[in-house]
Amino acid sequence: MFSFTVRRLGALIPVLLGMAFIVFMMVRAIPGNPAQLILGQQASKEAVAALTKELGLDQPWYIQFFDYLGGLLSGDLGVSLKTNTPIAEEVWPYLAATIELAVIAMIIAVVIGVNAGIISAWFQNSWFDYIAMIIALIGVSMPIFWLGLMEQYIVAIKWDLLPTTGRDNIRDPVEAITNLYLLDTLLQGRFDQFFEVVRHLILPSIALATIPMAIIARMTRSSMLEVMRSDFIRTARAKGMRMFWVVYKHSFKNALIPVVTVIGLQTGLLLGGAILTETIFGWPGIGTYIYDAINYRDYPVVQSGILVIAFIFVIINLCVDLLYAAIDPRIKYK
Amino acid sequence: MKKTSWIVFICILALSTVLAGCGSSKESSSGKGKEESGGTLIYGRGADSTALDPAITTEGESFIVTEQIFETLVKYKEDSTEIEAGLAETWDVSEDGLTYTFHLRDGIKFHDDTDFNAEAVVKNFQRWAQSKDEAKFAYYASMFGGFEGDEGHVIKEVKAQDDDHIVVFTLNRPQAPFLKNLAMGMFAIASPEALEKHGDDFTKNPVGTGPFAFKSWKPGDMIEVVKNDDYWQDGLPKLDGVKFKVIKDNSARLNALIKGEIDLMDGLNPSDLGQVEGDSKLQLFERPSMNVGYLGFNVEKAPFDKKEVRQAISHLINKEELIKSFYEGTAEPAKNPLPPSVSGYNDDIVDYEYNVDKAKELLKAAGLENGFEMDLWAMPVARPYMPDGQKVAVAIQAALKEVNITANIVTFDWGTYIEKVQAGEAPVYMLGWNGDNGDADNFIYTLLDKDNIGSNNYSRYSNDELHEILIKAQSNPNEDERIVLYKQAQEIIHEDAPWVPLAHSKPQLAGIKEVKGFIPHPTGTQSFINVSLGE
Repeated sequence: MFSFTVRRLGALIPVLLGMAFIVFMMVRAIPGNPAQLILGQQASKEAVAALTKELGLDQPWYIQFFDYLGGLLSGDLGVSLKTNTPIAEEVWPYLAATIELAVIAMIIAVVIGVNAGIISAWFQNSWFDYIAMIIALIGVSMPIFWLGLMEQYIVAIKWDLLPTTGRDNIRDPVEAITNLYLLDTLLQGRFDQFFEVVRHLILPSIALATIPMAIIARMTRSSMLEVMRSDFIRTARAKGMRMFWVVYKHSFKNALIPVVTVIGLQTGLLLGGAILTETIFGWPGIGTYIYDAINYRDYPVVQSGILVIAFIFVIINLCVDLLYAAIDPRIKYK
Repeated sequence: MKKTSWIVFICILALSTVLAGCGSSKESSSGKGKEESGGTLIYGRGADSTALDPAITTEGESFIVTEQIFETLVKYKEDSTEIEAGLAETWDVSEDGLTYTFHLRDGIKFHDDTDFNAEAVVKNFQRWAQSKDEAKFAYYASMFGGFEGDEGHVIKEVKAQDDDHIVVFTLNRPQAPFLKNLAMGMFAIASPEALEKHGDDFTKNPVGTGPFAFKSWKPGDMIEVVKNDDYWQDGLPKLDGVKFKVIKDNSARLNALIKGEIDLMDGLNPSDLGQVEGDSKLQLFERPSMNVGYLGFNVEKAPFDKKEVRQAISHLINKEELIKSFYEGTAEPAKNPLPPSVSGYNDDIVDYEYNVDKAKELLKAAGLENGFEMDLWAMPVARPYMPDGQKVAVAIQAALKEVNITANIVTFDWGTYIEKVQAGEAPVYMLGWNGDNGDADNFIYTLLDKDNIGSNNYSRYSNDELHEILIKAQSNPNEDERIVLYKQAQEIIHEDAPWVPLAHSKPQLAGIKEVKGFIPHPTGTQSFINVSLGE
């Protein structure tokens, strides 16, 4: 197990190098000179030329790439062209905002998705099964943009239950320590603010959870159906075991592997794919951070931002692999 | 067993948070900051600032904030681009327009408690002029003709005089819009001590003399400024502070306004106007236009080198319809390159009316009665002066079809689009301009003088008579005489038709009814000094 983990972590290096190279080339394939975009339409040619030089963008691409790589190896993610701030310093608050949102969204997606999938499989072809699977089908194809705005309009404005945007009450903002606001408010003993943060999390996390929830529900259902047809389930039922335990203990544990895989992949996707939710809910997360950087041709931010997400993605998948062994004793890593 | 209890725990947690959420909703929605003396205004906008040092940025979202923190020697009036006293109480201009003497106000302090004086002004101008860094101080270079030692540099010398409350500017050549340039937010006076102390980090620790002092910046989220208690104007500002909150999506921002989470917002979708008008708790604000959206011809490319062809196309475009369809009525038809808010606007010009027959006659005179094929470059991004370039292009395409002109719509990403149009590759293109300093020179000379071919004169239009008038107007300090000159200039441009000016758009803002004293400024940024949150 230990040597497996070490080997997998070692394999990270070529993966990240490859990522760095692909992203580096892709960003440069987008037409448009960052210097022109930074200075705007009114800028003189001389100013654009001067800035291009200052940013090192007049260098051949391979020199730029190796400069960037050299920086990465010494732990330097580069400096944002737009704000002139080191990215390593700048990225955490954005990343924390997204992590907080994605974790809550995943909790919602897993709790509801897994249970809906289990119950659907348990009562296959019942009205619950049909309704749950129709909802799941709608869920996967739901435009998040529309869902988010509808949530705001109905829940926040019409019913006046929850706030529309942001991470905290603008009039009483949270003082950031770790930038994970749920944690920060608890550390400061501000329970009123904690509840505000929770209230702000509900709508965006539901919007963000919708698609993974639907995917998890469908995956759980099909995986469960397969397991429930196997012999040991029949045996368990023949023994007279209560159906609840048959489903939740024996079947679910055996159906868990594909479900965990999907959960791992979806969690990774949420980190980078929360752009729409972040845009609508005024959430200052890493998705919008990178998206803005693309529009601005802020090459270092796009490169390092994507690299950070890729890193987390790979780590999550490593955790999923390790979880397999914990779930299924037949799986062993050497 | 363990797994089930874990799931149950999560369920309980999820439930309890929802319940708690519902329970506390009432107190928070009534908990607006209005109980405090002046209140804190929350301004919602679509993007974050990039730098809070106005001298080094060119981007509007930054100026919205720096306008509160910094002040200029002279400033624009609240609702126009006319000049009034700022940090300088009075000023004299020499007969030849080469010497400007500013008498500074007494007893003004920067937010770091250092004195504002003539020495501070000199240091700021030295910082820009001696930098020779066009990438950093792009606006300085473009408004004052480069840097110290450059041939075109306008400012010869800035000197503090004996009692440290007089600053004398000596110019190399007269520059008529000099005062208007000084009033631009980027030439605000920063604390020299703070500049030295923070170095490159000044942009995150801005220190000026303005009505509000910088407090905090959560990148991508919110910037907060608070009342400057020692502000030199008694009783001002009225607010305790302003928070600039980023909510990217225009509709989501409006939702936040309706909910009362923010007090004021820019970037209202024209299609949401009705919703704001129908809400008794909200009010609309309209920013006077200081922009122009236009259809430009490259006059070096056939057949657009013929005046008749350009005039013919001018007759084919129904501006009223375009505005109704694509600007939702929040614009006025343009007949000049200048917007009406800029002094020198020639209202006597009679626009080319929409008339297909006249267009046909003109094309016949040009020998093109059977039509021709052309590329029409459509703007790829939405700008206030051109909310939907692609759709406008389709409408123009249809209009041209009437006289057998086949227009093929072409587009690129924004950066490439500008580069290519600048290089003269586009025969017919759409673009626009947001005025910088509210002076006619900044529109007509910048966009249509032969000096600016290869730069902002994308039409490559060259007219010697016009050039003479514009140069004369540039160096004439007499405002009335300049107005006459610019009116002449617009007549020449109207006749030559290097553009079809399409529209001057009026960006819309919305706020809660309690917002008082907010006057959107044509330049796009305004001080919140007189704004209050009343009942």
